[in-house]
Amino acid sequence: MAVETRHRGAVGQSVTKVDGPSLVAGKPVFTLDHDVPGALVGKILPSPHAHAAIVSIDTAEAEAVPGVRAILHHGNVPRVPYTTAGQGWPEPSPYDTVLFDRKVRFVGDRVAAVAAETEEAAEEALRKIRVEYKVLPAVLSPEEALADGAPVIHDEPDAEGIYDAKHNIVAAVDIPVGDVASALAEAHVTAEATCEIPYSQHAAIEPHGVIAYFDEAGRLVLRTSTQVPFHVRRIVARVVGLDPARIRVIKPRIGGGFGSKQEILLEPVAALLALRTGRPVRMAYSREEVFIASRTRHPMRVAVKLGAGKDGVLQAIDMEVLSNTGAYGAHALTVLSNVGSKTLPLYNKAPHLRFRGKAVYTNLPVAGAYRGYGATQGYFALEVAMDRLAEALGMDPIELRKRNHIRVGETSPIFEKIGEGREGTAQVVRSCALADCLRIGAERIGWKENRGRRREDGPWVHGLGMACAMQGSGITGVDMAAATLVMQDDGSFRLLVGATDLGTGSDTILAQIAAQELGVPVDRVLVYSSDTDFTPFDTGAYASSTTYVSGNAVLRAAQSVHRQILDVAAAALGERPEVLELAEGAVASRKTGRRLTLGEIGHRATYVVDQRQIAATASFTCPESPPPFAAFFCEVAVDRETGVVRVERFVVAADCGVAIHPKAAEGQLEGAILQGIGHALCEEMLFAPSGRCVNAGFFDYKLPSSLDTPRIEAILVPSEEPTGPWGAKSISEIGINGPLPAISNAIYDAVGVRLTRAPFTPERVLLALRAAGK
Amino acid sequence: MKLLFELNGVPQYLDVEPGERLLRLLRRLGMKSVKEGCGTGDCGACTVLVDGRAVRSCLMVAPQVQGRRVLTLEGLGSVDDPHPLQQAFLDAGAVQCGFCTPGMILVAYELLQGNDDPSPEDVRKAIAGNLCRCTGYVKIADAVLLAARWKQEGKWR
Ligand code: FES
Ligand code: FES
Repeated sequence: MAVETRHRGAVGQSVTKVDGPSLVAGKPVFTLDHDVPGALVGKILPSPHAHAAIVSIDTAEAEAVPGVRAILHHGNVPRVPYTTAGQGWPEPSPYDTVLFDRKVRFVGDRVAAVAAETEEAAEEALRKIRVEYKVLPAVLSPEEALADGAPVIHDEPDAEGIYDAKHNIVAAVDIPVGDVASALAEAHVTAEATCEIPYSQHAAIEPHGVIAYFDEAGRLVLRTSTQVPFHVRRIVARVVGLDPARIRVIKPRIGGGFGSKQEILLEPVAALLALRTGRPVRMAYSREEVFIASRTRHPMRVAVKLGAGKDGVLQAIDMEVLSNTGAYGAHALTVLSNVGSKTLPLYNKAPHLRFRGKAVYTNLPVAGAYRGYGATQGYFALEVAMDRLAEALGMDPIELRKRNHIRVGETSPIFEKIGEGREGTAQVVRSCALADCLRIGAERIGWKENRGRRREDGPWVHGLGMACAMQGSGITGVDMAAATLVMQDDGSFRLLVGATDLGTGSDTILAQIAAQELGVPVDRVLVYSSDTDFTPFDTGAYASSTTYVSGNAVLRAAQSVHRQILDVAAAALGERPEVLELAEGAVASRKTGRRLTLGEIGHRATYVVDQRQIAATASFTCPESPPPFAAFFCEVAVDRETGVVRVERFVVAADCGVAIHPKAAEGQLEGAILQGIGHALCEEMLFAPSGRCVNAGFFDYKLPSSLDTPRIEAILVPSEEPTGPWGAKSISEIGINGPLPAISNAIYDAVGVRLTRAPFTPERVLLALRAAGK
Repeated sequence: MKLLFELNGVPQYLDVEPGERLLRLLRRLGMKSVKEGCGTGDCGACTVLVDGRAVRSCLMVAPQVQGRRVLTLEGLGSVDDPHPLQQAFLDAGAVQCGFCTPGMILVAYELLQGNDDPSPEDVRKAIAGNLCRCTGYVKIADAVLLAARWKQEGKWR
């Protein structure tokens, strides 16, 4: 490892999380743990209809409820089209949303909002708002949305950025490379898979919450559970018509996000209620509201066709996507693009590629960013198709991957052709340990001994499956992070970052990156993050960006501070900076052996001679997005009588470059894998014919518990990313891409049926077994 | 109505609405470690111990703790003086976002009160009613087993 030994100890150590002690002590560190005196309670009136025009709203009775202070609806709120997606600027998602519209587009859509002195008063007021609806025919599937004469969901004239509103198409892409049709026709073997993912939810255990209040200067403060504080500030300012300089956004500790909090949902409503009443306002989604009114994964159908030569080398990959964005187009184009951009480069041997797809509106809940961000959907189909191709070739699935996967020094045309809602950036892979991941994972699961054996015990049949994946580290040409590092007079450091720790541990990891450069233990670096008044800009925590993009900004700031420290020490010691070395909390001269502690240096710079603040601010944009890689292996047992699938073992071997904090990196994999197992086995939002979600709670929407999972075995396989901070790249998303295809492939190995529609419920497994006559 | 109960070792005597949920009361009294993840008894984030037994405070009303002892995470240890279980959660890397952590630590505490030498299976069962969306439960189970070992080694106070 090139992590130089003169900087000791911080990188590669699973140090105590900087926020850990307060979290295990149960300190009031989350958004709604703050009591703001005199705060009103804000609540939202949801639409009972999937698609309806609001004929009239009568709030007289509601206003008369004692304690009600404000009611907002389309009649008294300025109409500003925007997108709830918290993305960089210019925003790639369409402006198809207004705070309150004259039309509702899904069950749970925002009709009105109330602020009242108590929760009870707010709820009573909601019950007393009289709304007359004209119910419109609803569109409840993407196929219906595309049908001739389908109801138009976005017929408002002021929406912007919709690809083809008349036909309910939010976004469309068609990117050909070479000639896929001929290559498929001429291929020695072909294989295909069409896989479907339903509505599913992030289900962070902390529901979304926000407190809006005013500081001493009368500025609006939003303390909110967000992944994107700077986007919140920008978007709220525009939507409520306030100078952004009058808004401060604070992200405290947040209880998980996974993409669901990359969305501007409650913030503008709370802001407007606070502005109207001049009072603090707190708002929280109930769990049911999180289900129906926050965001979901984009349900998709992805069809993949592969063509390969006799040697298994791919000649063509054709991928076609139909994505359901629900009632609004948040992340519709970018998630769609990522289905191809994060999958196709993995098998860069294929010269002929085609990626096309549409994202369409329906009158169902709104999809958004969810860990994996399209890649999860894409890998399901791609890796099931690869399993089929291996079978058609009579080749081991691992061998097929080995012959096709991208390697160091190689590229793919897709990097340049598909970006996030625009063209991407050409790049060469500079680190890739996928070959090692495949070998190590296969050994751990016992691939050679157990694959294809169909071991039986009673009604249970065991099988093994595998899959591969890559992701990225940040968004090229879009992401930007900045960090400010300040040396205090006592020689300790303050690190200010806009980066947003969602529970991933990024505050700790960024402190480690700085500590490594500065030769100090992590506890000498105090981290303050995610406050738009006090920390420099950061696009936010999404797209697996923080360790790489924010981490590089921190490293640059630390390098500059390092140089400044040497300069001060050089003047003090009367030596040249080149002979000085910073390590273990002191600067020492290689020539004379003389030493100055950081405390002495800080004191001198602050109080004694040539006084100055030792500090630096640095930025990092994302010129390339180095992919992490992973190989997934699982053993399942399928009960032929009941259709129940049990995951017996799950092994993931992943290359995230140098793991800055190994336990945090493993934790990201373990958590992502379990979410993926949930997708594969049990998670699906179900809808009544009215478009109402019928399982909007944890009783009916089953999240995997500790009894539903084996002990997930996460193995970190080192590589070194030359462009990463201390060799690191990302880890947070990639883990969720593997379970769907790996489990589907394992079920096939066990009982010979292909499950292509998630989740693989007992009913679906039994039906597949019956259909195959097994 | 008047409610008398013991909260983290301190007697409380106060007025409550008979229908007030225990979760709300405890948060009102500053026990912000008691989290609301669902409000319907399905996630365990609101777990507290009543007379040593783990209960879901979102499903209870305040009068149900009349004359009883309630323990929340605040009563177990502090930042400066963490309980071994809290330390074990830190050392094992069992805390990601930390929102499920108070409930997890309290059900683990209940388990280890009655069982010094739990098997991994015992641990999995004990935490089965508490949802965590971040960790995959791997390091949470490690933490509980680590704390159990410390207990056997006499390292609990
Ligand atoms: S909040 Fe009580 S069980 Fe979820
Ligand atoms: S650590 Fe986030 S829910 Fe458990």
